[in-house]
Amino acid sequence: MKRYILKKLIVSVPVIIGVALITFLLLNVVPGDPITLMMKEHINPDVVKRVSAEMHLNDPAYFRFIHFLWNALRGDFGISYKLNRPVSELLLEAFPNTLALAVAAAVVSWIIGIPAGILSAIKRYSFLDNFFMGFSLLGVSMPVFWTGLLFQYIFSLKLGFFPISGFDGPEYLIMPAIVLGWSSAGTIARLTRSNLLDVMRNDYIRTARSKGIKELKVVTNHALKNSLLPVVTVMALQVSGLLSGAVITESIFGIPGIGRVAVDAIQNRDMPLLQGSVILTTILVVVGNLVADILYSYLDPRIKYNKKEA
Amino acid sequence: MSANVNGVVTEEWTDQDYEVEMGNGWKELGLNFVQNKMAVIGGVIIILVIATALFAPFIAPYDPYKVNLKLQFQEPSAQFLLGTDMYGRDVLSRIIYGSRISLLIGLVPTLISMVIGAIIGMIAGYYRGKIDFILMSISDMVLSFPSLLLAMVVMYTLGASLINIFIALSVIGWAQTSRVVRAQTMSLKNKEFVEASRAIGVRDIVIMFRHILPNCISQLIVLFTLNIPSSILSEASLSFLGIGAQPPASSWGLMVSNGKEYLFNAPWVTISPGIAILIVVLAFNFFGDGLRDVLDPHLKH
Repeated sequence: MKRYILKKLIVSVPVIIGVALITFLLLNVVPGDPITLMMKEHINPDVVKRVSAEMHLNDPAYFRFIHFLWNALRGDFGISYKLNRPVSELLLEAFPNTLALAVAAAVVSWIIGIPAGILSAIKRYSFLDNFFMGFSLLGVSMPVFWTGLLFQYIFSLKLGFFPISGFDGPEYLIMPAIVLGWSSAGTIARLTRSNLLDVMRNDYIRTARSKGIKELKVVTNHALKNSLLPVVTVMALQVSGLLSGAVITESIFGIPGIGRVAVDAIQNRDMPLLQGSVILTTILVVVGNLVADILYSYLDPRIKYNKKEA
Repeated sequence: MSANVNGVVTEEWTDQDYEVEMGNGWKELGLNFVQNKMAVIGGVIIILVIATALFAPFIAPYDPYKVNLKLQFQEPSAQFLLGTDMYGRDVLSRIIYGSRISLLIGLVPTLISMVIGAIIGMIAGYYRGKIDFILMSISDMVLSFPSLLLAMVVMYTLGASLINIFIALSVIGWAQTSRVVRAQTMSLKNKEFVEASRAIGVRDIVIMFRHILPNCISQLIVLFTLNIPSSILSEASLSFLGIGAQPPASSWGLMVSNGKEYLFNAPWVTISPGIAILIVVLAFNFFGDGLRDVLDPHLKH
């Protein structure tokens, strides 16, 4: 078990370096001149020379990448062109807000998705099943930005339940979390349903039924445990989707999180800030995948042997 | 005709026989598919949307780009079925023209990323070894990015335009396809028919395209239809964030974005293009789900 985790940990290091390299290459092939951007009208050739030397803009790309990587390892992602503050500081400020939003959205998706999936599987092909599956397909198909605006229109403007945007307390988080959570709730509901249906076909379920155990108990005591296994890993894999969705949700609801930082950075052509936020987000996804792998192998020891063969 | 009654009858018989024998598989697939009501509805909607996109100039009641400030924010009425926007442009006409962008975005980048993914997957699965390791490491890295963020980075570098959305979405889309094709290639590689072709000296590239690729087609078709809605949603999201299609293009995402400041006075400007996105995405999802159940019951996401 320990060896498996260690192996997975080691494998994710080159992935993170590769992700940093891809981001770096994509962002550093832009011919734009960051110094002109920083100084605007006060441009002065001497200063330009000095600053470009300070920022290593004259060095070859591979050297700059190694330099960037070395600094990043020490938590230094450079200085924002626009805000003139360390990127790491800005990201640290934004991170807790994104984390709060993502966790709240994940919880929403479990609260809706798992019960909906279980009910759909038990009452297969019933009205309830069709309703929940339609509901979850709707969640997957609705553009998040549009759902967000719709919620603002209905629940803030017309009904006045929640504050429309901003980030000033837990009540500001409810609407964004529901909007963001709904889309992953659909995935979870469908997965829970199909897994539970698969498990219900097993022999031990038939045995339990033939012993005269009530159907509800068969589901809760015998089937559910095994069917929720893959769902647990999907929870960890949700990280990627939630962070993608957070970019949009944060923009709509005015939450000062990492996604918002990234969007602002693009609009201001603030390369170091964009670079830092993309790399940080992707590291979170890699960690999420790692947790999923470890969790899965812990919950289902068979998986280890399968992976060894592959 | 009447002189040849006998001959015609025999001919009909052989025709039918032929069809039953040769077309059995496809017929069965078609029947299974038609039984799935939602998939058929999805297919019908897709055909309607394609027709709308093709014949947009004939269907749209007004010019989608014509600004008329006297007609700002007209509420939906008999004259303007979905109202007008902040420049007095007819929202319905803009949605009709917008279907062209959405369909183009749904089809082109998805097709490009399928081709790239299929080639990379075949090479990795066929040759294995170092090249497999390198290609799959890259695909792992691409899969690690939250897709929207990677697309944003590409758009930052290339600048916001429709062509660049094609590139951005192709860059993020190929990795998943390459994984699927690689797995399929690995299992086909050691089948007798591939070994036989290799034994008689058929070149690798011919084996890949003539023997392995056709066996991946059903999975590729399913992946293709299921990737179309996510492409459409990505374009809409990028345009919404202001780094996708640029005004005055009538992209649905852009329309939602432009209307959002007037959400409280003129909600129809924002809400109706969103419904258009929802309908198209739902249709492709239904259609893709149905295709998957018929063509490839084992492929589950």
